Amino acid sequence: MKKLLLTLLLMPFLATPLVVSASESISLDKAPIDAADHESLQRGARTFVNYCLNCHSANYMRYNRLLEIGLTEKQIKDNLMLAGEKIGDTMKVAISKKDAAKWFGAAPPDLSVEVRARGADWVYTYMRGFYRDSSRATGWNNTVFDKVGMPHVLYELQGEQELNHETHTLKLVKPGKLSVEEYDVLVGDLTNFMAYMAEPAKHQRNQLGWFVLLFLGVLLVLTCKLKKAYWKEIH
Amino acid sequence: MTDKNKSALSSALNDGLNWVDARFPLTSNVKAHLTEYYAPKNFNFWYFFGSLALLVLVLQILTGIFLTMHYKPDADLAFGSVEYIMRDVPWGWLIRYMHSTGASMFFVVVYLHMFRGIIYGSYRTPRELIWLFGVAIFLVLMGEAFFGYLLPWGQMSYWGAQVIVNLFSAIPFIGPDVSEWLRGDYLVSDATLNRFFAFHVIALPFVLVGLVVAHLIALHEVGSNNPDGIEIKKLKDKKTGFPLDGIPFHPYYTVKDLVGVSVFLIVFSAIIFFAPEMGGYFLEANNFVPADPLKTPAHIAPVWYFTPYYSILRAVPPILNSQFPGVAAMGLSVVAFAFLPWLDKSPVKSIRYRGMLYKQWLVAFVISFLVLGYLGTVPSNIWGQFGAWMGGADRATVVARIFTVVYFLFFVLMPWYTKKDKTKPMPERVTG
Repeated sequence: MKKLLLTLLLMPFLATPLVVSASESISLDKAPIDAADHESLQRGARTFVNYCLNCHSANYMRYNRLLEIGLTEKQIKDNLMLAGEKIGDTMKVAISKKDAAKWFGAAPPDLSVEVRARGADWVYTYMRGFYRDSSRATGWNNTVFDKVGMPHVLYELQGEQELNHETHTLKLVKPGKLSVEEYDVLVGDLTNFMAYMAEPAKHQRNQLGWFVLLFLGVLLVLTCKLKKAYWKEIH
Repeated sequence: MTDKNKSALSSALNDGLNWVDARFPLTSNVKAHLTEYYAPKNFNFWYFFGSLALLVLVLQILTGIFLTMHYKPDADLAFGSVEYIMRDVPWGWLIRYMHSTGASMFFVVVYLHMFRGIIYGSYRTPRELIWLFGVAIFLVLMGEAFFGYLLPWGQMSYWGAQVIVNLFSAIPFIGPDVSEWLRGDYLVSDATLNRFFAFHVIALPFVLVGLVVAHLIALHEVGSNNPDGIEIKKLKDKKTGFPLDGIPFHPYYTVKDLVGVSVFLIVFSAIIFFAPEMGGYFLEANNFVPADPLKTPAHIAPVWYFTPYYSILRAVPPILNSQFPGVAAMGLSVVAFAFLPWLDKSPVKSIRYRGMLYKQWLVAFVISFLVLGYLGTVPSNIWGQFGAWMGGADRATVVARIFTVVYFLFFVLMPWYTKKDKTKPMPERVTG
C-alpha cells in the first residue's frame, strides 16, 4: 500500500525514465540487488578487492566503512587490506593512470560510483558479457561494451564464451572453475557490493524515509485541524 | 501563575515592545505585512506556491551554507568533495539531496506559481511590477541553477556548461569574446569553476533575495489578486476600512499555508528518501562520471527545467551558417513572459470569466511547453526520420518546430484573441 501510494505520488515523474546509456540498445539482465543481505555484500567485497582493486581504484570508499556490512576490523585488515593501508584509508591502487592508459588504451576508471553512472544492471550484464574475439589486442570483447579495453579478469572462473553474431547470443565453449549458476551468483554479489559502495547511505536513507513520512503525515493531520479551527468563522 | 504575576509580565512585555517601537517600526510592520494585510478570502490550491517558493529559497540557502563548508571549488577536488559530503560528512547525503532536490522543486513550485499568475491574470494592472520582479526572479533563478550545476564537476556539469557558454559565441561580432570572458579560459576549466562558484554562492543569491523582497513589497502595496480577478479593495467596510472580501493574512493564511507546507514536505521527502535521482531527471547518471574535457558524451541534455527552451534552441535552424537565430529565439522564449501585462487586452483578468478562444490558446501553450520540455530531454533522432518528401528531417525536430511556433503565437497573437474573446460578466464580490 505504501509503495502504491508512493508510486502514484511520483508517477508523473517516473512515466518516462531516462535511459542510463543512450548509445546501446542491448537488453540488460536484472541485477540481484539487496542492500540488507550482508553475506552477499561481504562476498562481493572480497571479489572486488581480489579482482577489481588491482587496476580500478575506489577512491571515495573507505575500508572501515565495511564495518557497516557486518565485517570486523580484524576481518577487514586480514582479508581485504593487502598492502599495509590504514583502516581509515580509501581503496586506492598502485597502478599509475599514465601506465594504465599505455597498457589498456584507456585508464581504468575509478569504480566508487560506477553503479550510479551505469546502473547495476549494466554492471551485472557487462561482467557476464565477455567473449573471445581474436581481432582485439586483449583477445576479449564484450556484448554491452563493444571494443572494451579491459580483458576478462574473471575468465578463470567463468571460462570462455563465444558470440553467435547472427542470434547475438553467448555460448560457453570452455568451462571455468565455476558453473554458470555459481558464476552468476558471484557476479551478482559483486554487483550488489558495487551498488552498496556507490551510495553507502542508501539503505539508511530508505529506512529513515518511512519515519520521516510518518511524522509528516501526523503533521499534516494537525495542520489541517488547525486550519479548520481557525477558518470556522470565515464564510 | 497568579493573575497579578500575569499582568506584571504582560506589562513588562508591553514596555519592551514600546521601547522597540520607539526605535524600529516593528508593530507597524507586523500589522502592514501580516495581521492587517488583507488578502482575498477565496484563495484556492494555486495560491500555495508563492509561500512554498519562499520556503524552498530558505531551504536552498540553509543547505547551501552547509554544503559550502565541505565543498571544494577546484577542478581536481570538486567531484571528490561531493562524494566526501555524500559519505563522510555526518548527514551530508541528506543535506546534498535536499539541495539537489530543492533545485528541481524550486522550478516545480515557481512554474506552478507562474501558471497561477497567468490563469488568474495576476500580471494585469495594477500588478505589472510584481510580475516584472517575478520574471526577473525567474531569470536569476535560471542563472543560479545553471552556475550551481557546474559545481559537482561531473560530465553533464562540464558539457552542459560548455554548451551553454558556447551559445554566447553565436552573438554576432562580440560573441566569441563574451563567451571567453564568461569562462575565464578558452574552454571550461578550473577558472570557470571558481567564478561559477562565486556567482552561485554569493552574487546571485544576493540578487535573488533582493528581488524577492521587492516582489513582496510591491505585492503588499497593491494587494493580492484572487481566482475571480476582481479588486477586493473596491468594496470596503465603512466602519473599519478593511476590504469586505478580505481576511488578515495572519492568522488565516499562515495556518492555511502550513497545510500546503506539510503536503509539500511529504512530496519533497518522498523524493529525497526514495528517489533522489528521480529516474535521471533530478540527478543525471552521467554526472556520476568525473568531468573529462577530452570525452564528449554521446547525448548532452540539460536538467528538465531548462528543456523547453533548449528544445526551442535546437528547433530553430541556423540562418546563413549562424546559430544566432536559435539563441535569440531561446532568449526570447523566456523573456516573453515579461510582456504579458501589455499583450493581454481582455476586459477580465481571471480564466473564470474568459471565453473559449482564450482557453484554447492557453491549452495549446501548455501542451507546447510540455512537449518541448519532453523533447529537450531526448536526442532529436528519438522518433526516427521522415521520408524523402520532408528531406529526411528528424521527426522530433519537425514536431519541436511546430510547437515552437505555437509557443510564440500564444504571446504574439494575445492582443488579438484576448480582444476578440467572448468574456462573461464579472461578479461584484468574490465567489469562493
